[in-house]
Amino acid sequence: MRTRLITALAAGLPLAASAQSQLNLTQGVTEVSNRVYDLHMTIFYICCVIGAIVFGAMFYSMWRHRKSKGYKPASFHENVKVEIAWTVIPFLILVGMAIPATSTLLAMEDTSEADVTVLVTGSQWKWHYKYLDRDVEYFSLLATPRQQIENRLDKGENYLLEVDRPLVIPTDTKVRFLITSDDVIHSWWVPDFAVKKDANPGFINEAWTKVDEPGIYRGQCAELCGKDHGFMPVVVIAKEPAEYQAWLDEQERMQREAKAEEQRLLAMSMSMDELMELGERVYLGNCAACHQPNGQGIPGVFPSLVGTEMMLNDINGHIDIVVNGKNGTAMQSFKNMLSLREIAAVVTYERNAWGNNTGDMVQAADVNAYVNE
Amino acid sequence: MSTVVGEMDHHDHHHAPTGISRWLFTTNHKDIGSLYLWFSFIMFLVGGSMAMVIRAELFQPGLQLVDPHFFNQMTTVHGLIMVFGAVMPAFTGLANWMIPMMIGAPDMALPRMNNWSFWILPFAFAILLASLFMEGGGPAFGWTFYAPLSTTYSGDSTALFVFSVHIMGISSIMGAINVIVTIMNMRAPGMTYMKMPLFVWTWFITAFLLIAVMPVLAGAVTMVLTDKYFGTSFFDAAGGGDPVMFQHIFWFFGHPEVYIMILPSFGIISAIIPAFSRKKLFGYASMVYATAAIAGLSFLVWAHHMFTTGMPVAAELFFMYCTMLISVPTGVKVFNWVATMWRGSMTFEVPMLFALAFVILFTIGGFSGLMLAITPIDFQYHDTYFVVAHFHYVLVSGAIFSIMAAAYYWLPKWTGHMYDTTLARWHFWTSLISVNVLFFPMHFAGLAGMPRRIPDYAVQFADINQIVSIGGFAFGLSQLIFLWVVIKCVRTGEKAPAKPWEGAEGLEWTVPSPAPYHTFETPPKVD
Repeated sequence: MRTRLITALAAGLPLAASAQSQLNLTQGVTEVSNRVYDLHMTIFYICCVIGAIVFGAMFYSMWRHRKSKGYKPASFHENVKVEIAWTVIPFLILVGMAIPATSTLLAMEDTSEADVTVLVTGSQWKWHYKYLDRDVEYFSLLATPRQQIENRLDKGENYLLEVDRPLVIPTDTKVRFLITSDDVIHSWWVPDFAVKKDANPGFINEAWTKVDEPGIYRGQCAELCGKDHGFMPVVVIAKEPAEYQAWLDEQERMQREAKAEEQRLLAMSMSMDELMELGERVYLGNCAACHQPNGQGIPGVFPSLVGTEMMLNDINGHIDIVVNGKNGTAMQSFKNMLSLREIAAVVTYERNAWGNNTGDMVQAADVNAYVNE
Repeated sequence: MSTVVGEMDHHDHHHAPTGISRWLFTTNHKDIGSLYLWFSFIMFLVGGSMAMVIRAELFQPGLQLVDPHFFNQMTTVHGLIMVFGAVMPAFTGLANWMIPMMIGAPDMALPRMNNWSFWILPFAFAILLASLFMEGGGPAFGWTFYAPLSTTYSGDSTALFVFSVHIMGISSIMGAINVIVTIMNMRAPGMTYMKMPLFVWTWFITAFLLIAVMPVLAGAVTMVLTDKYFGTSFFDAAGGGDPVMFQHIFWFFGHPEVYIMILPSFGIISAIIPAFSRKKLFGYASMVYATAAIAGLSFLVWAHHMFTTGMPVAAELFFMYCTMLISVPTGVKVFNWVATMWRGSMTFEVPMLFALAFVILFTIGGFSGLMLAITPIDFQYHDTYFVVAHFHYVLVSGAIFSIMAAAYYWLPKWTGHMYDTTLARWHFWTSLISVNVLFFPMHFAGLAGMPRRIPDYAVQFADINQIVSIGGFAFGLSQLIFLWVVIKCVRTGEKAPAKPWEGAEGLEWTVPSPAPYHTFETPPKVD
């Protein structure tokens, strides 16, 4: 009976191994993740030994003490000494496990004396990173093209584990993460750091890491957060401290310039074609997950944008809801996520796509009024 | 015995309704037991077909069959149906059939409430399943319905979900009250507490757990309802609430709930292993104390489901230690079963096969449970397929296998026929192999970093998921053999004697097979 089970399992294993799938926990790239890995292996081996003893005794008994071999049953059914032994010995084993577990946990939860702090904010279905001591912040969205998910294109190497703008942190530096959420509960997880912490709306959690090696580390949202829970990866790039500083300075400069540029562009108008082209791109990247590429939404979950009162007649309400979101629903505020031009374009696009054909054009200056109100 | 049969005829002639009204109005524990068991099997197939949808979608990376929103509905309703519709009613069905016969009682103590506690269940599940067809679909926030995903961000099916959970809770509480009152008041003379079969003992303790925690679940769903529809802010920080408080309340129910789904299994296994080892159960008293200890500890470990929510480190340590402690009484049980087999005279009929598979596979689930208890490594395992593998090992190859073992053990008593053992062995071996192909590789997927509840995954998980899906389809199909065995056994089969198993002990084997409609109207003497 066992051989059949083992054959079935053995038939499966080489298959999995042949594609170089990882079958065990990652050791990771931090001191903490290595301690976690060692603890995992220690407890696993202890379980294997106990399992071998218990199942060994069981199989021995099943093989030797069977009626078909004429074995006559013994009559014992109690033995206080044995019973005390198998209560006390497991307890001592547990104490042995608890000691390294406690010291590892205490090390993991010590977020003091960090050199860099990043605020990580989850929202449906993306991450936002903000460097608290610098003027740098941005959203990080899934970069895998829709066509790959829908099987119209071959899947890339980092399918579903790639983002447009990864988080960048320095190596050999204690980095503290403050983790929160704008809507539902998410969970920020990078296996190579052994960091997984829930992002709770209205509360801030802490975690930290100190990465030894430069590299790209990938993870995912770990807490069910709605429809696209499976599509909000975490990508972290660890750079040498000098390289990191250069990158951060560059980002700060670019973000300042972009803000100045945006104010300068307020006076300029875009043509209908420009608005529609930009609007479609913004729509597919930010809105289509809920409202669907055809604008129809999902009945009862995400409202349709086709032929509704707001789309046809309420341009002010339309800009307002995109800029400020709608409380108590999944409709979030886009004013920090999209530029004024992008909001203007996407509103124009929505008012003229899918047969809405209102002919309305919205410009960045129109949107600016709502952002600053 | 002839008096018992005579009594039955008397009743049949006078007021036993026939046809559908027999089943609607029945207050007979055996009828109600059968209703529960059939209902739970239907729900097992319904929840199982949802698992098939999940496994079909996960067969390959990419989105093929269902959209992510529907996928989330499938994982949610699969969980709810399997927990509340399949496992719990199956145990209640077994309790109804067996507890009165095991303690020498004529029926359950509160027969009308018994009828009601069953007949509200189909309505609860009709409401839940109907919500899948409404605009926006059914609940899609996981069976754990964490706020605010289940409040602010959920669809309007949430109201139906809440009411159906309320009805399930009421049904469970009534069932539990009935078990407790029956056991405390209706034991035959001489049947002292420490002489009760372990199935009765484990159910007795389970019933107290049910009464303690089902109202907590009712409170949780009610707060979800008022948060969503009546403007309260229990779980909304903007109004002074806390979404993590939801998890504390839910898991204060949820952790005892997992013992509700396994303690009766311990009772079943403790009946079957001695029967086929032809040797008395080793350590009866320590089994009772271990069950009570597990039940007590179950109220002190709930937050081990929540290590990543950002608890203070002192709380993490407390819940880690308490959780690890549970493996002591659980270990005692496993050791006792092995000691029962030791130097017995074993045979391997189908109930024994399932019971032995239970001991091994449940213990594997226990090992992964111990690994999950260690907080620092739980940070890596939490919300991955490692957890999915763990709880399916204890619930499918644990609880469900014990229910199968119980069915094969008592089917001759229920139907009066022996079942087709060749078919039953096919059922066992196909289930055993496929359940491991299904759930064992999930450990690897989880360790390699695959989160749970995702409709699509990174390419390195593709091979593992393909194997898992094949195991899933095979396990699903294997259960149709069980249906076939049971139907065949109900209709035909060799006549079963009163005691078909040589080493079986207990009052249920002193009545004929099939058990007469009314048993023990005159209490038996127990010495």
